Amino acid sequence: MVATAEVIAYPAAGAALDIEQVSHAFDIEGTELPVLSDVSIAVEPGEFVALLGPSGCGKSTLLRLVAGLEKPQAGALREDESRITHPHPSRVVVFQDPTLFPWRTVWDNVALGLEAQGILKSQRPRVDAALDLVGLSAFRNAYPHQLSGGMAQRVALARALVNDPKILILDEPLGKLDSLTRITMQAELVSLWQRKGFTTLLVTHDAEEALVLANRVIVFSERPARVKADIRVDRPYPRHRGDPYLADLRRQILGLLGLDATW
Amino acid sequence: MSTYSLSDGLPSAAPRELALAGWLKESGSGVAASLAWIAFGSSCLLWDDVGDWSRTHSLGIAAFIIAAFALFGTVGADYLGSAGRALRNRAPWLLALGLILTLWEVATAKFAWLPLPFFPPPQAIVEVYTDDLPKLLDSVFASIRLLLGGYLIGAAIGFLTGVSIGWSRAVGYWVHPVLRFIGPVPATAWLPIAFFTFPSSWSASTFLIALATGFPVTVLTWSGVASVGSAYYDVARTLGAKPSFLVLKVAIPAALPHVFVGLFMGLGASFAVLVIAEMIGVKAGLGWYLQWAQGWAAYANMYAALIVMSLLCSSAITLLFAIRDRLLVWQKGTVKW
Repeated sequence: MVATAEVIAYPAAGAALDIEQVSHAFDIEGTELPVLSDVSIAVEPGEFVALLGPSGCGKSTLLRLVAGLEKPQAGALREDESRITHPHPSRVVVFQDPTLFPWRTVWDNVALGLEAQGILKSQRPRVDAALDLVGLSAFRNAYPHQLSGGMAQRVALARALVNDPKILILDEPLGKLDSLTRITMQAELVSLWQRKGFTTLLVTHDAEEALVLANRVIVFSERPARVKADIRVDRPYPRHRGDPYLADLRRQILGLLGLDATW
Repeated sequence: MSTYSLSDGLPSAAPRELALAGWLKESGSGVAASLAWIAFGSSCLLWDDVGDWSRTHSLGIAAFIIAAFALFGTVGADYLGSAGRALRNRAPWLLALGLILTLWEVATAKFAWLPLPFFPPPQAIVEVYTDDLPKLLDSVFASIRLLLGGYLIGAAIGFLTGVSIGWSRAVGYWVHPVLRFIGPVPATAWLPIAFFTFPSSWSASTFLIALATGFPVTVLTWSGVASVGSAYYDVARTLGAKPSFLVLKVAIPAALPHVFVGLFMGLGASFAVLVIAEMIGVKAGLGWYLQWAQGWAAYANMYAALIVMSLLCSSAITLLFAIRDRLLVWQKGTVKW
């Protein structure tokens, strides 16, 4: 246990993320489909930024670019001044589906990153620590099909956090969970982020979730996505859902998304 | 009190009846099985054989011994642990087997309702197992050697080819058309060519078995690798995986359920090729034994060899499924063989 504490002791401080005039398009059977148009966002180290926008507007594409899974057609992305060209374990993605590897136990799933980087042998306690962090140590030998949706997503979170990412990329990670699990995991996310200090990028289409979690909410337009508004959320954590300040912001945001009539 | 009296009064007579019913349910089929085997034993000993078979008497005695086992095994199953339970579960099968054997014995050896020598009695087959055992065992080992060699070569090559096609566009470009052209041809069609191009009939048969195994294994491994969701690769890549990791730790494990379907189909195809190759070219093995027995009109030997062959093929599939269950414990709801 002492060893565990030592290994996990260096908190991975967040990295700065610069998205500079990024444009991107998909090629669908010969026709260009623009998805991102001249997007520029500067994220401070340790910030929690929520990206909010209509469904299918290109938010997830932006995350793939940040992760390095794809290259932008124009513009550049930088992590702490160095250009993002490839995926790197300092920027880890948690997807909407947990995408756990069904042939691996929970422990082996969490160990995936360390194993892929070839450092698992010397760093095994980090896996145990990450499982502890999400409260699933008891399920280390379970297979993914034995887990509930919320547990599977927690494992996916542990699998990301074991790498001590500088930027944690969350692509609607709570989107498919039931509302109670969702609220619990929102609180867990905030406390993890506060403890570890990584920079967080969260794609969501739930304005309330964005406001409860993030320092900053960026609202996108319809596809091709442009930055429509950049809103600071200066409220201490833990935040209360009924906070009139947040309710006011929520009204503004829904207005930006063209949904003010329903409020 | 009056409300209780009804329910109090009832159970006093019931337990004895219940116990009898329970005993009948648990041991009844065992007793019936025992009776069926006694019938079989009696049918062996009661009448004289119409032909000349040396094992009739021993078979009758053996049937009585089995009857005794069935009786004491099922009645005393509670004292025999898991073996007793297993015997009780199989008692209905034991019963059916006893009845079939009795009918078979009576219809052949005793009254010759079925024409001889095409339908030999059970004791004739027992005689083959006792008197021709060395030759039969040699044939079994020859078949296993040939099958195993060809199957393992075919499975290994098929697996590697399938992974390569699934993974690399360049390999797919060259191998796919060849596969489409050659794969669907039944491996046995190559038999005449294989037997004069290869130095020995043994190597020719190995090649044919490998060919028959390789095709389904290749196609299913390939489809398995091709159908791995891109999300798995995305996850692995963001966690720092190199291409070799993506192949060995993502593509192959994800494709493994498909691979086993291919291995299963390949095994079936390899049996067919094995038997035909042994009948036509190889001078050993169960296929050759069958052919030889037919040549001598030794019909009992044919049935005996057929029974051994079915046991062999069934065991091979059982073994494959056991390996699969071992490797794919993470899957839920796999077919139990």
